[in-house]
Amino acid sequence: MLNSIPVLLSPILAELEVGKHLYWELGGMKLHGQVFITTWLVMGALIVVSLFATRKVERIPSGIQNLMEYALEFIRDLAKNQIGEKEYRPWVPYIGTLFLFIFVSNWGGALVPWKLIHLPAGELAAPTNDINTTVALALLTSLAYFYAGFRKRGIGYFAKYIEPTPVMLPINILEDFTKPLSLSFRLFGNILADELVVAVLVLLVPLFVPLPVMLLGLFTSAIQALVFATLSAAYIAEAMEGHGAEEHG
Amino acid sequence: MDPMIASASVIAAALAVGLAAIGPGIGQGNASGQAVAGIARQPEAEGKIRGTLLLTLAFMESLTIYGLVVSLVLLFANPFS
Repeated sequence: MLNSIPVLLSPILAELEVGKHLYWELGGMKLHGQVFITTWLVMGALIVVSLFATRKVERIPSGIQNLMEYALEFIRDLAKNQIGEKEYRPWVPYIGTLFLFIFVSNWGGALVPWKLIHLPAGELAAPTNDINTTVALALLTSLAYFYAGFRKRGIGYFAKYIEPTPVMLPINILEDFTKPLSLSFRLFGNILADELVVAVLVLLVPLFVPLPVMLLGLFTSAIQALVFATLSAAYIAEAMEGHGAEEHG
Repeated sequence: MDPMIASASVIAAALAVGLAAIGPGIGQGNASGQAVAGIARQPEAEGKIRGTLLLTLAFMESLTIYGLVVSLVLLFANPFS
């Protein structure tokens, strides 16, 4: 979202701002400052929780260590299901980082009352409701599956472009572009749509009525984090195995 | 913004999200119906079916979301204004 008209539905009750950003100038580039602030906060929260969980590792886990072990097991199972028993281990950190970052940003954007903090322009929200964040994550996934394919199959990776027949060449090349496109648009659209729906409902009825929609938003944002991580793992697995493996939308 | 472009954009935005909801709606209905039939036939597989169904629904949902992204671009980041 570039420069655009802000939509101020009602300045008193609820302000709905799309496409307004807090711009930082850095070497002739314009950065969306509010996204950076929330991204750093999410990263900081994740790092602090991980440090606390691993500071005093015990044989019988309790408290925060228990939680993080549960999260790790969940991510490991996810990667194992998609990539397979033999190859999954090196990809657990990548899949886990994607899942935890997206999950914590989505829930942080929905649960923390960011709107109470006023910025000179724009407003704080989940980092994933900015298209730049999701495109960056999706391109990382593209790089990851190219790397996985080359690592595993060498130059023979390109053979997948003419499988099953050379007629499929344009479609196979197109697939490399539609994968990051659909990944990024799916995440961005879902998060932004959630926030817009909640904002419009808050505008209409400020009390209680938006609560079920907010709960639905929490549910879909958790599912979206899961979908992003699952799809990344599926793409990596497909690049390593070649075509004929199971495919996902 | 030129009123002609504004009105055309608003109509196009409504059509984009409305038409994009038809296909996924039918698909989600089909998938959920089949899932319910599967659970009725084999109640012990409910957990697995539910997990797969939720993931599949999210994939179908994303098609509507693409329409929504197009309509949001038309409304908030219109390239022709």
